[in-house]
Amino acid sequence: MSTTFWIILAGAIATYLTRVGGHLVISRFENIHPRVEAGLNAVPAAVLTTLVAPAVLGAGPAEWAALIVTAVVSLRGGLMAMFLAGAAVLILARQFAG
Amino acid sequence: MTAEAISEGRAGNDFWDGVRLSMPVVVASAPFAVLFGALAVDNGFSVLEAFLMSAMIYGGASQMVGIELFGQHVAPWLIVLSIFAVNFRHVLYSAGIGRRIAHWPLLQQAAGYFILTDPQFAIAEARAESGRPVGFVWYLGLGLPVYVFWVIESGLGAVFGKMIPDTHALGIDFLLPIYFLGLVLGFRKRPLWAPVVAASAVASIIAYRTVGSPWHVSIGAIAGVLLAVILPPHHSGVGKRP
Repeated sequence: MSTTFWIILAGAIATYLTRVGGHLVISRFENIHPRVEAGLNAVPAAVLTTLVAPAVLGAGPAEWAALIVTAVVSLRGGLMAMFLAGAAVLILARQFAG
Repeated sequence: MTAEAISEGRAGNDFWDGVRLSMPVVVASAPFAVLFGALAVDNGFSVLEAFLMSAMIYGGASQMVGIELFGQHVAPWLIVLSIFAVNFRHVLYSAGIGRRIAHWPLLQQAAGYFILTDPQFAIAEARAESGRPVGFVWYLGLGLPVYVFWVIESGLGAVFGKMIPDTHALGIDFLLPIYFLGLVLGFRKRPLWAPVVAASAVASIIAYRTVGSPWHVSIGAIAGVLLAVILPPHHSGVGKRP
Protein backbone atom coordinates (compact mmCIF):
# COMPACT_ATOMS: atom_id res chain seq x y z
CA MET A 1 0.00 0.00 0.00
CA SER A 2 1.31 3.45 -0.92
CA THR A 3 1.96 6.31 1.51
CA THR A 4 -0.85 8.19 -0.19
CA PHE A 5 -3.29 5.47 0.68
CA TRP A 6 -2.29 5.55 4.34
CA ILE A 7 -2.65 9.34 4.42
CA ILE A 8 -6.15 9.01 2.99
CA LEU A 9 -7.11 6.27 5.45
CA ALA A 10 -5.76 8.16 8.49
CA GLY A 11 -7.40 11.36 7.25
CA ALA A 12 -10.69 9.48 6.88
CA ILE A 13 -10.48 8.11 10.43
CA ALA A 14 -9.57 11.54 11.83
CA THR A 15 -12.50 13.08 9.97
CA TYR A 16 -14.96 10.45 11.17
CA LEU A 17 -13.79 11.03 14.74
CA THR A 18 -14.73 14.72 14.42
CA ARG A 19 -18.13 13.77 12.96
CA VAL A 20 -19.01 11.38 15.76
CA GLY A 21 -16.88 12.79 18.61
CA GLY A 22 -19.13 15.62 19.75
CA HIS A 23 -22.06 13.24 20.05
CA LEU A 24 -20.01 10.66 21.98
CA VAL A 25 -18.99 13.32 24.51
CA ILE A 26 -22.43 14.90 24.90
CA SER A 27 -24.29 11.57 25.14
CA ARG A 28 -22.32 10.67 28.31
CA PHE A 29 -24.40 13.18 30.22
CA GLU A 30 -27.89 12.24 31.40
CA ASN A 31 -29.23 15.75 31.39
CA ILE A 32 -28.01 18.58 29.23
CA HIS A 33 -27.58 21.77 31.22
CA PRO A 34 -29.68 24.64 29.79
CA ARG A 35 -26.54 26.65 29.15
CA VAL A 36 -24.98 23.79 27.17
CA GLU A 37 -28.25 23.49 25.25
CA ALA A 38 -28.12 27.21 24.48
CA GLY A 39 -24.58 26.70 23.23
CA LEU A 40 -25.62 23.78 21.01
CA ASN A 41 -28.47 25.83 19.58
CA ALA A 42 -25.92 28.48 18.62
CA VAL A 43 -23.74 25.99 16.69
CA PRO A 44 -25.23 26.44 13.18
CA ALA A 45 -25.01 30.23 13.14
CA ALA A 46 -21.63 30.24 14.90
CA VAL A 47 -19.85 27.76 12.62
CA LEU A 48 -21.42 28.76 9.31
CA THR A 49 -20.64 32.43 9.98
CA THR A 50 -16.93 31.64 10.19
CA LEU A 51 -17.12 30.10 6.71
CA VAL A 52 -18.52 33.36 5.33
CA ALA A 53 -17.01 36.26 7.30
CA PRO A 54 -13.34 36.17 6.19
CA ALA A 55 -14.43 35.63 2.57
CA VAL A 56 -16.73 38.67 2.76
CA LEU A 57 -13.95 40.88 4.08
CA GLY A 58 -11.53 39.82 1.37
CA ALA A 59 -14.09 40.22 -1.44
CA GLY A 60 -14.83 43.04 -3.90
CA PRO A 61 -17.94 44.86 -5.21
CA ALA A 62 -19.11 41.96 -7.39
CA GLU A 63 -19.08 39.56 -4.43
CA TRP A 64 -20.74 42.07 -2.10
CA ALA A 65 -23.53 42.68 -4.62
CA ALA A 66 -24.10 38.93 -4.80
CA LEU A 67 -24.21 38.60 -1.02
CA ILE A 68 -26.67 41.49 -0.63
CA VAL A 69 -29.00 39.96 -3.22
CA THR A 70 -28.64 36.58 -1.52
CA ALA A 71 -29.59 38.12 1.83
CA VAL A 72 -32.63 39.94 0.39
CA VAL A 73 -33.91 36.87 -1.47
CA SER A 74 -33.40 34.66 1.59
CA LEU A 75 -35.91 36.79 3.53
CA ARG A 76 -38.67 35.53 1.24
CA GLY A 77 -37.51 32.70 -1.00
CA GLY A 78 -36.23 29.20 -0.35
CA LEU A 79 -32.67 27.93 -0.34
CA MET A 80 -32.54 27.20 -4.07
CA ALA A 81 -33.99 30.58 -5.12
CA MET A 82 -31.58 32.38 -2.83
CA PHE A 83 -28.57 30.45 -4.10
CA LEU A 84 -29.40 30.84 -7.79
CA ALA A 85 -30.09 34.58 -7.40
CA GLY A 86 -26.79 35.14 -5.61
CA ALA A 87 -24.83 33.08 -8.16
CA ALA A 88 -26.50 34.87 -11.11
CA VAL A 89 -25.66 38.31 -9.68
CA LEU A 90 -22.09 37.23 -9.00
CA ILE A 91 -21.48 35.96 -12.55
CA LEU A 92 -23.12 39.07 -14.06
CA ALA A 93 -21.26 41.51 -11.81
CA ARG A 94 -17.93 39.84 -12.54
CA GLN A 95 -18.39 40.45 -16.26
CA PHE A 96 -18.23 44.18 -15.42
CA ALA A 97 -16.24 44.44 -12.20
CA GLY A 98 -13.76 41.67 -13.10
CA MET B 1 -36.53 -1.99 7.98
CA THR B 2 -37.42 0.32 10.80
CA ALA B 3 -40.69 1.56 12.15
CA GLU B 4 -40.23 4.68 10.04
CA ALA B 5 -40.51 2.65 6.87
CA ILE B 6 -43.65 0.73 7.86
CA SER B 7 -45.77 3.00 5.76
CA GLU B 8 -43.76 2.80 2.59
CA GLY B 9 -45.44 5.67 0.77
CA ARG B 10 -44.65 8.02 3.60
CA ALA B 11 -41.01 6.94 3.64
CA GLY B 12 -40.77 7.46 -0.12
CA ASN B 13 -42.10 10.99 0.28
CA ASP B 14 -39.63 11.67 3.05
CA PHE B 15 -36.79 10.44 0.85
CA TRP B 16 -37.75 12.70 -2.05
CA ASP B 17 -38.28 15.65 0.29
CA GLY B 18 -34.65 15.18 1.28
CA VAL B 19 -33.50 14.81 -2.32
CA ARG B 20 -35.22 18.09 -3.26
CA LEU B 21 -33.36 19.93 -0.51
CA SER B 22 -30.09 18.36 -1.60
CA MET B 23 -30.18 19.87 -5.08
CA PRO B 24 -28.70 23.32 -4.26
CA VAL B 25 -25.94 21.53 -2.36
CA VAL B 26 -25.23 19.26 -5.34
CA VAL B 27 -25.02 22.32 -7.63
CA ALA B 28 -22.86 24.36 -5.26
CA SER B 29 -20.42 21.56 -4.52
CA ALA B 30 -20.04 20.22 -8.10
CA PRO B 31 -17.35 22.71 -9.20
CA PHE B 32 -15.34 21.98 -6.06
CA ALA B 33 -15.51 18.23 -6.59
CA VAL B 34 -14.24 18.61 -10.16
CA LEU B 35 -11.62 21.13 -9.05
CA PHE B 36 -10.50 18.81 -6.26
CA GLY B 37 -10.05 15.90 -8.67
CA ALA B 38 -8.04 18.06 -11.07
CA LEU B 39 -5.82 19.51 -8.33
CA ALA B 40 -5.29 16.10 -6.74
CA VAL B 41 -3.87 14.65 -9.96
CA ASP B 42 -1.87 17.85 -10.42
CA ASN B 43 -0.32 17.31 -6.97
CA GLY B 44 0.71 13.73 -7.61
CA PHE B 45 -2.39 11.67 -6.74
CA SER B 46 -3.57 8.91 -9.05
CA VAL B 47 -7.16 9.01 -10.30
CA LEU B 48 -8.03 6.13 -7.96
CA GLU B 49 -6.49 7.95 -4.97
CA ALA B 50 -8.43 11.13 -5.74
CA PHE B 51 -11.60 9.05 -5.97
CA LEU B 52 -10.81 7.22 -2.71
CA MET B 53 -10.08 10.44 -0.82
CA SER B 54 -13.48 11.86 -1.80
CA ALA B 55 -15.24 8.60 -0.95
CA MET B 56 -13.54 8.09 2.42
CA ILE B 57 -12.98 11.58 3.82
CA TYR B 58 -15.90 13.38 2.12
CA GLY B 59 -14.95 16.86 3.32
CA GLY B 60 -14.15 19.33 0.56
CA ALA B 61 -12.03 21.93 2.33
CA SER B 62 -9.99 19.32 4.19
CA GLN B 63 -9.34 17.39 0.97
CA MET B 64 -8.10 20.57 -0.73
CA VAL B 65 -5.74 21.29 2.16
CA GLY B 66 -4.59 17.67 2.16
CA ILE B 67 -3.59 17.55 -1.51
CA GLU B 68 -2.00 21.01 -1.32
CA LEU B 69 0.29 19.87 1.51
CA PHE B 70 0.90 16.57 -0.27
CA GLY B 71 2.07 18.47 -3.34
CA GLN B 72 4.50 20.42 -1.13
CA HIS B 73 5.90 17.11 0.23
CA VAL B 74 4.87 17.89 3.82
CA ALA B 75 5.30 15.01 6.31
CA PRO B 76 2.33 12.58 6.22
CA TRP B 77 1.44 12.99 9.91
CA LEU B 78 1.23 16.76 9.44
CA ILE B 79 -1.10 16.29 6.47
CA VAL B 80 -3.39 14.10 8.58
CA LEU B 81 -3.27 16.61 11.45
CA SER B 82 -4.21 19.43 9.06
CA ILE B 83 -7.15 17.41 7.73
CA PHE B 84 -8.24 16.91 11.34
CA ALA B 85 -7.88 20.63 12.08
CA VAL B 86 -9.93 21.68 9.06
CA ASN B 87 -12.66 19.20 9.98
CA PHE B 88 -12.66 19.98 13.68
CA ARG B 89 -15.87 22.05 13.41
CA HIS B 90 -17.76 18.79 12.88
CA VAL B 91 -17.32 18.07 16.60
CA LEU B 92 -19.82 20.86 17.25
CA TYR B 93 -22.16 19.58 14.51
CA SER B 94 -22.10 16.09 15.96
CA ALA B 95 -22.85 17.37 19.45
CA GLY B 96 -25.78 19.37 18.08
CA ILE B 97 -27.33 16.79 15.74
CA GLY B 98 -26.96 13.94 18.24
CA ARG B 99 -30.04 15.24 20.03
CA ARG B 100 -32.11 14.86 16.84
CA ILE B 101 -31.03 11.38 15.73
CA ALA B 102 -30.45 9.59 19.04
CA HIS B 103 -33.58 7.45 18.42
CA TRP B 104 -32.15 5.85 15.25
CA PRO B 105 -30.70 2.31 15.33
CA LEU B 106 -26.95 2.35 15.94
CA LEU B 107 -25.88 1.46 12.38
CA GLN B 108 -28.07 4.22 10.93
CA GLN B 109 -26.52 6.69 13.36
CA ALA B 110 -23.03 5.53 12.35
CA ALA B 111 -23.89 6.11 8.69
CA GLY B 112 -25.57 9.42 9.53
CA TYR B 113 -22.44 10.78 11.18
CA PHE B 114 -20.33 9.72 8.20
CA ILE B 115 -22.23 12.09 5.87
CA LEU B 116 -22.50 14.92 8.42
CA THR B 117 -21.29 17.84 6.28
CA ASP B 118 -21.94 21.58 6.74
CA PRO B 119 -25.18 21.69 4.69
CA GLN B 120 -26.32 18.31 5.99
CA PHE B 121 -26.10 19.62 9.54
CA ALA B 122 -27.65 23.00 8.78
CA ILE B 123 -30.62 21.60 6.85
CA ALA B 124 -31.27 18.85 9.42
CA GLU B 125 -31.13 21.41 12.24
CA ALA B 126 -33.55 23.65 10.37
CA ARG B 127 -35.97 20.72 9.98
CA ALA B 128 -35.74 19.85 13.67
CA GLU B 129 -36.35 23.50 14.54
CA SER B 130 -39.53 23.58 12.43
CA GLY B 131 -40.87 20.74 14.58
CA ARG B 132 -40.71 17.98 11.95
CA PRO B 133 -38.92 14.70 12.76
CA VAL B 134 -35.40 14.13 11.42
CA GLY B 135 -35.88 10.56 10.18
CA PHE B 136 -33.21 8.36 8.67
CA VAL B 137 -34.94 8.07 5.29
CA TRP B 138 -35.27 11.84 4.93
CA TYR B 139 -31.69 12.37 6.12
CA LEU B 140 -30.44 9.84 3.57
CA GLY B 141 -32.43 11.51 0.79
CA LEU B 142 -30.68 14.75 1.68
CA GLY B 143 -27.19 13.31 2.01
CA LEU B 144 -26.93 10.50 -0.53
CA PRO B 145 -27.16 12.59 -3.75
CA VAL B 146 -24.54 15.00 -2.43
CA TYR B 147 -22.20 12.12 -1.58
CA VAL B 148 -22.69 10.22 -4.84
CA PHE B 149 -22.22 13.33 -7.01
CA TRP B 150 -19.22 14.44 -4.93
CA VAL B 151 -17.40 11.15 -5.42
CA ILE B 152 -18.24 10.77 -9.13
CA GLU B 153 -17.37 14.38 -9.95
CA SER B 154 -14.06 14.09 -8.11
CA GLY B 155 -13.21 11.13 -10.35
CA LEU B 156 -14.30 13.07 -13.45
CA GLY B 157 -12.16 16.04 -12.38
CA ALA B 158 -9.18 13.74 -11.90
CA VAL B 159 -9.62 12.26 -15.38
CA PHE B 160 -10.56 15.41 -17.31
CA GLY B 161 -8.95 18.08 -15.08
CA LYS B 162 -7.01 19.77 -17.86
CA MET B 163 -10.21 20.94 -19.54
CA ILE B 164 -11.52 23.21 -16.76
CA PRO B 165 -12.50 26.68 -18.06
CA ASP B 166 -11.95 30.07 -16.39
CA THR B 167 -13.31 29.42 -12.91
CA HIS B 168 -13.17 33.08 -11.82
CA ALA B 169 -15.50 34.36 -14.57
CA LEU B 170 -17.96 31.60 -13.67
CA GLY B 171 -17.90 32.74 -10.04
CA ILE B 172 -17.03 29.26 -8.82
CA ASP B 173 -14.64 30.40 -6.09
CA PHE B 174 -17.40 32.36 -4.34
CA LEU B 175 -20.36 29.97 -4.66
CA LEU B 176 -19.85 28.41 -1.25
CA PRO B 177 -19.76 31.69 0.74
CA ILE B 178 -23.03 32.65 -0.99
CA TYR B 179 -24.57 29.31 -0.09
CA PHE B 180 -23.35 29.42 3.50
CA LEU B 181 -24.65 32.98 3.94
CA GLY B 182 -28.07 31.70 2.92
CA LEU B 183 -27.82 28.94 5.52
CA VAL B 184 -26.77 31.41 8.24
CA LEU B 185 -29.75 33.65 7.44
CA GLY B 186 -32.05 30.64 7.59
CA PHE B 187 -31.42 30.48 11.35
CA ARG B 188 -32.18 34.16 11.97
CA LYS B 189 -35.29 33.44 14.08
CA ARG B 190 -33.30 31.55 16.71
CA PRO B 191 -32.72 33.26 20.04
CA LEU B 192 -29.36 35.04 20.26
CA TRP B 193 -28.86 34.74 16.48
CA ALA B 194 -27.56 38.27 15.90
CA PRO B 195 -25.08 38.40 18.82
CA VAL B 196 -23.80 34.88 17.99
CA VAL B 197 -23.28 35.79 14.33
CA ALA B 198 -21.54 39.04 15.33
CA ALA B 199 -19.25 37.31 17.82
CA SER B 200 -18.34 34.51 15.40
CA ALA B 201 -17.76 36.93 12.53
CA VAL B 202 -15.46 39.21 14.52
CA ALA B 203 -13.55 36.36 16.16
CA SER B 204 -13.09 34.43 12.91
CA ILE B 205 -11.85 37.50 11.04
CA ILE B 206 -9.36 38.37 13.81
CA ALA B 207 -8.21 34.73 13.97
CA TYR B 208 -7.96 34.57 10.17
CA ARG B 209 -5.66 37.59 10.20
CA THR B 210 -3.56 36.45 13.17
CA VAL B 211 -3.56 32.68 13.77
CA GLY B 212 -4.48 31.91 10.18
CA SER B 213 -6.59 29.29 8.39
CA PRO B 214 -8.04 26.76 9.22
CA TRP B 215 -8.05 27.66 12.91
CA HIS B 216 -10.23 30.73 12.33
CA VAL B 217 -13.18 28.36 11.86
CA SER B 218 -12.86 26.64 15.24
CA ILE B 219 -11.91 29.85 17.07
CA GLY B 220 -14.77 31.85 15.56
CA ALA B 221 -17.26 29.05 16.18
CA ILE B 222 -16.23 28.64 19.81
CA ALA B 223 -16.55 32.41 20.35
CA GLY B 224 -20.18 32.34 19.15
CA VAL B 225 -21.08 29.21 21.11
CA LEU B 226 -19.43 30.53 24.30
CA LEU B 227 -21.39 33.75 24.03
CA ALA B 228 -24.63 31.75 23.92
CA VAL B 229 -23.49 29.72 26.95
CA ILE B 230 -22.48 32.76 28.99
CA LEU B 231 -25.52 34.97 28.34
CA PRO B 232 -28.30 34.53 30.93
CA PRO B 233 -30.83 31.79 30.02
CA HIS B 234 -33.75 34.20 29.54
CA HIS B 235 -31.94 35.47 26.44
CA SER B 236 -31.32 32.06 24.94
CA GLY B 237 -34.88 30.77 25.30
CA VAL B 238 -33.91 27.40 26.80
CA GLY B 239 -34.40 26.08 30.30
CA LYS B 240 -37.84 27.66 30.59
CA ARG B 241 -39.95 24.87 32.00
CA PRO B 242 -43.68 25.49 31.63
